[in-house]
Amino acid sequence: MKKQALVAIGAVMLLSVGLAFAQDATPEMTPAMTAIPGSGMITGPADGEAQALTGAGSTFAQPLYTSWFADYAKLTNVQVNYQGVGSGAGIKAVTDQTVDFGATDAPMTDQQLSDAQAKCNADMLHIATAIGGVAITYNIPELQSSSTVLKFTPDTLVGIFDGSINTWNDAKLVADNPDLKDIAQPIAVVHRSDSSGTSNILTSYFAAVNSDWKTNVGAGTAVSWPTGIGQKGSAGVAGAIAGVPYAVGYVETTYATQNNLPVAEVENKANNFVAPTVENVSAAAAGFTLPADLRIMIVNGDGDNTYPITGFTWALVCPNQTDAGKALALARVFWWGVHDGQSYNTQLGYAPLPAPAVAADEALILKINVGGKQALPTDIATPAAS
Amino acid sequence: MAVTTAPERDTGMQRGESIFKNVVRITALSMIVLLVGVIILLAIDAWPAIQHFGFAFLYTSEWDPVFDNYGAAPFIFGTVVTSILALILATPFAVGGALFISEYAPKTVGSVLSFIIELLVAIPSVGFGLWGLFVLAPFMRNSIDPFLRNVIGPIPVIGELFKGPTIGQDLLTASVILAIMILPTILAIAREIIAQVPRLQKEGMLALGATKWEMLRSSVLPYAWGGIVGGAMLGLARAIGETMAVTMTIGNSSQQISASLFTPGYTIASAIANQFTEADTPMYFSAIVELGLVLLLVSALFNILARVMVRRMTRLPGGAAAQ
Repeated sequence: MKKQALVAIGAVMLLSVGLAFAQDATPEMTPAMTAIPGSGMITGPADGEAQALTGAGSTFAQPLYTSWFADYAKLTNVQVNYQGVGSGAGIKAVTDQTVDFGATDAPMTDQQLSDAQAKCNADMLHIATAIGGVAITYNIPELQSSSTVLKFTPDTLVGIFDGSINTWNDAKLVADNPDLKDIAQPIAVVHRSDSSGTSNILTSYFAAVNSDWKTNVGAGTAVSWPTGIGQKGSAGVAGAIAGVPYAVGYVETTYATQNNLPVAEVENKANNFVAPTVENVSAAAAGFTLPADLRIMIVNGDGDNTYPITGFTWALVCPNQTDAGKALALARVFWWGVHDGQSYNTQLGYAPLPAPAVAADEALILKINVGGKQALPTDIATPAAS
Repeated sequence: MAVTTAPERDTGMQRGESIFKNVVRITALSMIVLLVGVIILLAIDAWPAIQHFGFAFLYTSEWDPVFDNYGAAPFIFGTVVTSILALILATPFAVGGALFISEYAPKTVGSVLSFIIELLVAIPSVGFGLWGLFVLAPFMRNSIDPFLRNVIGPIPVIGELFKGPTIGQDLLTASVILAIMILPTILAIAREIIAQVPRLQKEGMLALGATKWEMLRSSVLPYAWGGIVGGAMLGLARAIGETMAVTMTIGNSSQQISASLFTPGYTIASAIANQFTEADTPMYFSAIVELGLVLLLVSALFNILARVMVRRMTRLPGGAAAQ
């Protein structure tokens, strides 16, 4: 009881702790990782580069960006001020050009893209910066000492979240989880109360695997949840699950591991039960032909080990820049991020981008221009392109 | 010399007087300008939603950002239920506490007690929220809720309030948190009012042979009643607008309006706090601003109700006799 409360308080403080921790993280910690081609091109300050950039958006990716930008400032003296105000607010801010870049976990809709044309005169670039997995986590006191984790199929998972499966010993759940046959307790579903990219990834997955969900609830950063209680933020959801027996919910993978919550395995398209490990999450992008603009939800992907509830998180940049110094700084920082910066992803619980996504990102970054002139210096871009 | 300086000083004073008068007039007017400004801004941003949903916004219960369909009924319901329940829970404690401090306790004990109670006001609401989430919610789920369900649940009609599974994050828990938060406000005002009761009036009662309780009932409470109701309404105003502590304990679910206090709910203020940052379609944004307007309306209605009640109370025979 007391321990649970402590764990839960820890959950709420996690964001701030996460940030502090993130600033200490250095790429030296993963020497084993093979460098992505195109890494190591940015080694110091550049002439004429803006010394300060501002960005706003996704809270999902905030720990990653905080960590990136702290080390990037040491490397190049460019200070990037990033505010985790939420994906929707990030899209709004970059559309109004009150920030230099936005960040989001849900790709901009066609409507939002055309709204953004007004000031930018082009489609906002979606530069993918990481892949994140959404973990299904739960609190069943009887199973706390158990070494096996729960297994969910797409049907049972949707059933729990739409309320049609409401007790833990439901026959459908027991079929894959014999341990549950004596747990005659109602399921307490916990979801996000605020709009979130995490909810968008989960509901996009539900919409992809279940047509009833698609027509009745749909996919989005905020939906009309058929059942359950809402909590603010991933930390709030993790705290509620830790504190409420027989609860189930979803959080970005890091939050589950840091709260010592069990993470369920989910059946993927290849009918294997898989956990959201870095490899399984990273594999998700491999099953898709990525569109050039990278605006794609990669849920329920092909592949034997692919974890099905995953998504990109993106930085949003207007390709047509007016200030040459800022354009140069933006092009360089994201070039660094999608190459050198990927070594940070694993430590912070995100999966690194697979090669095709990096290649698509490179093409997008090259589109950043001032008056039609490519902002990224050709000596950085050329080696990777060859 | 005195003859020449006196008028000069007078005109100087008159100028000072008129400057001061204008300064206070401006400060008073600026309050009104501020209120009108807020209402106008809210109305402008809420206009698309007001036009699109009309009055249905107030009584439909679908809140669906995916299909851009908005109705505020669950939020209005949650706000009204939690604030009124909080008031019902807090007022007896506040009045009893105030009576004890001013009439029964020794002076030193009374002043220490009221100091401690007033310190409660200084606790930020997120602090109450954390306590509510990690201490109160499990306690309600494990002890209070099952007790209420077993004891009051079987009684017809009232029993309907305590039915269904308990998670601990529901209308009842949010109301209890709110009651704790508004208690010191009501108590402080009640204590002040009770202290204002003329000494003669009280001693007169005692001299007539009344017991202490009889004295309190017939000379203190009728006199203080109007003020106590006023204090309760201040508490209610805080409860209606309270956001953080409620958001953390109410369960944030707009799914059902049910008689049971064990159902997770949602208040207007917590809906705004939760959803405003990522309201990404124009209609969603507009609907949330309209929620702000509705909140303003709800609290204005409660205030008007309070004024009417205070007037009624002071006109009662008891109150009239006291004056």
